[in-house]
Amino acid sequence: MNAESRIALLSHSPASLSLGWQRRSRLRRAVTALLPLLRRPGFSLALLIVLFALVSALLPGLLSSFDPYATSPADKLTAPNLVHWFGTDELGRDLYTRVVYGSSLSVQAALLAVGIALVGGLGLGVLSGFAGGRIDAVIMRFVDVLLALPGLLLALAIVTAIGFGTIPVAIAVGVGIIPGFARTTRAEVLRVKTLPYVEAARLGGASWGRTLLRHILPNAWGPVAVLATLDFGAAILATAGLSFLGFGAAPPAAEWGTLIANGRHFLITAPWVSLLPGLFVVAVVFSLNHIARTLEENPR
Amino acid sequence: MSRYLIGRVGQALLVLWGAYSISYFILYLLPGDTLAIMLSASGMEVDSLPPEDLARAQAYYGLDKGIFEQYVSLLWNAVQGDFGQSLSLNRPVNELLVERLPQTLSLAGLAIVLSLIGGIGLAYLTAYVRWQPLKVAMARLPSLGFSVPVFWLGLLLIQVFAFSLGWFPATGSRGFDSLILPAVTLAIPSAAVYAQVLQRGFQGVWQEPYIATAYAKGLSRWQVQARHGFKNAALPILTLIGLQVGNTVSGAVLVETIFARNGVGRLAQEAVLRQDIPVVLAIVAVSAAAFVLVNLIVDLLYPYLDPRIAHTPKVS
Amino acid sequence: MSSPLIDIRQLCVTYRFAGQITEAVRGVSLQVSQGETVAIVGESGSGKSTLANAILGLLPDNAQPHGQLRVDGVDLSGASEKQKRALRGRTIGLVPQDPMVSLNPTLRIGQQIGEALILAHGRRYPGVDADVIELLQQVGIDKPLLRARQYPHELSGGMRQRVLIAIALAGNPRLIIADEPTSALDVTVQRKILDHLQRLVAERGISLLIITHDLGVATDRADRILVMQQGELVEQGPPRQILDAPQHDYTRALLAAAPAFANRRKPRSSQHTAQAPILRLQGVGKTFDLPRLKGESRTFTALQNLSFEVYPGQTLAIVGESGSGKSTALRIALGLEKPCQGRVHFEQRDVTDLGWREFRPLRQRIQLVQQNPFAALDPRFTIFDSIVEPLVSFGLLKGPALEQAARELISRVHLPLSYLDRLPRELSGGQRQRVAIARALALKPDLLLLDEPVSALDVSVQAQILDLLLELQHELGIAYVLVSHDLAVVANMADQVLVLRNGQVVEQGPLAQVFDQPASAYTRELIAAIPGRLSTGVAA
Repeated sequence: MNAESRIALLSHSPASLSLGWQRRSRLRRAVTALLPLLRRPGFSLALLIVLFALVSALLPGLLSSFDPYATSPADKLTAPNLVHWFGTDELGRDLYTRVVYGSSLSVQAALLAVGIALVGGLGLGVLSGFAGGRIDAVIMRFVDVLLALPGLLLALAIVTAIGFGTIPVAIAVGVGIIPGFARTTRAEVLRVKTLPYVEAARLGGASWGRTLLRHILPNAWGPVAVLATLDFGAAILATAGLSFLGFGAAPPAAEWGTLIANGRHFLITAPWVSLLPGLFVVAVVFSLNHIARTLEENPR
Repeated sequence: MSRYLIGRVGQALLVLWGAYSISYFILYLLPGDTLAIMLSASGMEVDSLPPEDLARAQAYYGLDKGIFEQYVSLLWNAVQGDFGQSLSLNRPVNELLVERLPQTLSLAGLAIVLSLIGGIGLAYLTAYVRWQPLKVAMARLPSLGFSVPVFWLGLLLIQVFAFSLGWFPATGSRGFDSLILPAVTLAIPSAAVYAQVLQRGFQGVWQEPYIATAYAKGLSRWQVQARHGFKNAALPILTLIGLQVGNTVSGAVLVETIFARNGVGRLAQEAVLRQDIPVVLAIVAVSAAAFVLVNLIVDLLYPYLDPRIAHTPKVS
Repeated sequence: MSSPLIDIRQLCVTYRFAGQITEAVRGVSLQVSQGETVAIVGESGSGKSTLANAILGLLPDNAQPHGQLRVDGVDLSGASEKQKRALRGRTIGLVPQDPMVSLNPTLRIGQQIGEALILAHGRRYPGVDADVIELLQQVGIDKPLLRARQYPHELSGGMRQRVLIAIALAGNPRLIIADEPTSALDVTVQRKILDHLQRLVAERGISLLIITHDLGVATDRADRILVMQQGELVEQGPPRQILDAPQHDYTRALLAAAPAFANRRKPRSSQHTAQAPILRLQGVGKTFDLPRLKGESRTFTALQNLSFEVYPGQTLAIVGESGSGKSTALRIALGLEKPCQGRVHFEQRDVTDLGWREFRPLRQRIQLVQQNPFAALDPRFTIFDSIVEPLVSFGLLKGPALEQAARELISRVHLPLSYLDRLPRELSGGQRQRVAIARALALKPDLLLLDEPVSALDVSVQAQILDLLLELQHELGIAYVLVSHDLAVVANMADQVLVLRNGQVVEQGPLAQVFDQPASAYTRELIAAIPGRLSTGVAA
């Protein structure tokens, strides 16, 4: 056997196979886990709807050619047809366009609310669960107090104090969601903290910092991510509720809640003005809930 | 046992005090110019008043005292039941509350009853049904229930049952008829939560080994579900009822607005619109008190339902 | 009556799940006559539980039985739910596996037993309460009037098992199925309960079907043994025949693996006079404060006056039942708990009062293998990450050197290199335990503490892990402290044995001495309770 064929043989030998082993990156693992989910029709549909909402929040112009503020009294209160997919409102504005443009305000408000809740709630929850003892007790009392104030009323109080508009509404809703995040995070941190592999890591010499970052947080993340998705939907509903009551952005801004409130007056003659935007909201929130539940049932 | 009771009551009072303080903080200290807000709520413009009048207004609203003094006097009054005067309506807040509370209580009461019946009933049936497609569809229903905005649902129900079918009145506070639609609207999100939690509870309980023991005795599926499944799966519901008080109050604000009912909820909406601070503070305080009270009762009832908490183990 | 109580011919049970079909039971034929005690022995995946469920008529909806399954003349494979229900409780009784979770936590004991009695009668009858008390007395529960009013969590594990036996007997069945009756309880408790059960069953002429993974239990108590593997019945026969002349390879493998029947390792001549102990505990005591409850004491004494020495390259086994304090002893040795009295010495150095930071350097020399392999590995870490984590925590190696270390470690525990890339959930229990051992070896410790390292594993896997541990000790000269409730496991591994009971040392000494001339009655009881010793008839 000459040198070349021997080298060729070596490259297939078990020894070189072991040298050739490499770690699969985390990203690749996540992607391979996600793909089978996409094959489910329900999940894909829900994802599509949510993506639609996100696109309409960021680039509404892509999805509609009409101007949301252009009034056209001649077309007022027409029922849904091929030109105006959702019909028109009392000023002749195309309702579908207003819903799409309203996305940006409502979705942005919901994102801000969830962001505030995540930062506040996660921070409190991790601190509470990890530190334990007195700090835990104090933080949990604080969370109890926040819980005692009903979400909408707390939001109403905040809006009374700092004024109406999209941002105050978002802040108000965000603060109201903090208790849920804090409690869930704390429960997960407590659960993971006592698991054998955390103890094993500590016995292997890991510092508390390393244990927290590499073991506790990644394993506690699951239910929090599910809750974040669910609360994103809840935030949309809450901000819509507040703008329905009249505390959101001033007209002619097209927040979803305002649209629905507007249509109240024409409920008998033109029910689509209120009902169709609402149906859109239901679709988006339901899709978010479906995604959250699918993620929950399929832990990666 | 009495030690436990005192501890719990103490905790409840602490939470209530905390809630009041936070509301005070938000309403009195957060705004840039509290005086301006209060004046505009009473129908006056802060710029149009001469300085002496401004000073008098400050004294009248109690804003000239230091923060701590003001807080203490407000708190003291509140404990005694005096919530001050409504700025926009110029009447004592208590009067307003007493006037409107019965409406809201009857609405909330009926809604809670309906939500429990609906939620528990749906979850029980979902657990009993064995045919997979129906079971899966029923399991998805609660999720739909809390994807729906309460106010939109109210409008939908009005459209269908009041305008199209004419079964119930669309608005108003008179008579039992007018209570039905609002109560159903308010009940649905809570019912969805109860159904979801109980469904999960049943799923969990069904895997437990004591269910197999029950079957092995020769019980039928119905008997096992009723005697062994339900009692264990329903334990979290009691805690939930306490937590749902907050959602019910929030929902009441929206529902009363849509159905034009004269309750505390609509009072809150009007007060916020007019930036009537004393009224808002009073309503928030009363709601917090209701939440704390209901949760306290739940905490005290719990040992009677879950024997693991009441009876300390004799053998460890 | 010549017709057998249970007559099964060519029974097959298939499960349908997510489009896949698995055969849990394949062509099994067996018969059980009235009054016989039959044991079905198999490991996990053997199909024994499926068989038991099929007899009870409790197969899940996605399982399909084919073939003949006659119980008391009724063919179950075509029977309606109503017919199956009529058999349950009245003809067939079940004593479930884990008494801690097999009773409804929200119903009183008396109610749960009464329910079974009422079902057997058809309706509620006036004498129910008296019958409940009588049943409780028959199964050996003290203070029956009090116990009937209590809830399950107020009773110990052994008492709960007796209540479950009472429930099974309530319907006056002709057959009782005992599902893994020995796995969840302490050995001495198990023995008493099983003896009692066999006596009751013999008195009433009831057939007993024991489902177990423990060949020792089967040989001790059954008239006939059936061995199952992967859904098939591979061997049948009386215990003597199975032990002396096993026909099938699998049976032989089971016998070789069962600790009770395996040959004991020859004890090494003690070398410790020449060397200093690597770990020494002196007079260690630990008391825990309990939450204040009415009528209960404020403190719990976990350990009292515990002293032992571990020599390099040797194994000390700590044996005890639950609550004996053995886990506390390990935790104190690791520095996770501080003793209330006594000192801990690691290699002449007093480490009792060291803080976590000061203790940390020592962690490279002392490592732990935990009990539950299913929770000992971070589910998000690849096997590679898990194994090398101690090296990374101490910053000892990086990059290619780290990968090389991982390769060496995983080969040492005889797992293929490709496993380095996998996640824990892709591995079996035994494989995960090997990974945990590899991780413990990463820092090249001199002392390895093992907390019940094999109790969560199947019998044949147990033997493999124990062999691996012996091999590693031989190659690397590591000292072991092995904690176990299973004396049979200890008999194959230990040089020195220490027996704990309620926190106190009742026996201590070299292996041969403890087993051949036990000084305390408790030790004798423990040795006698080892399943399988009756059949082997050998005290050694």
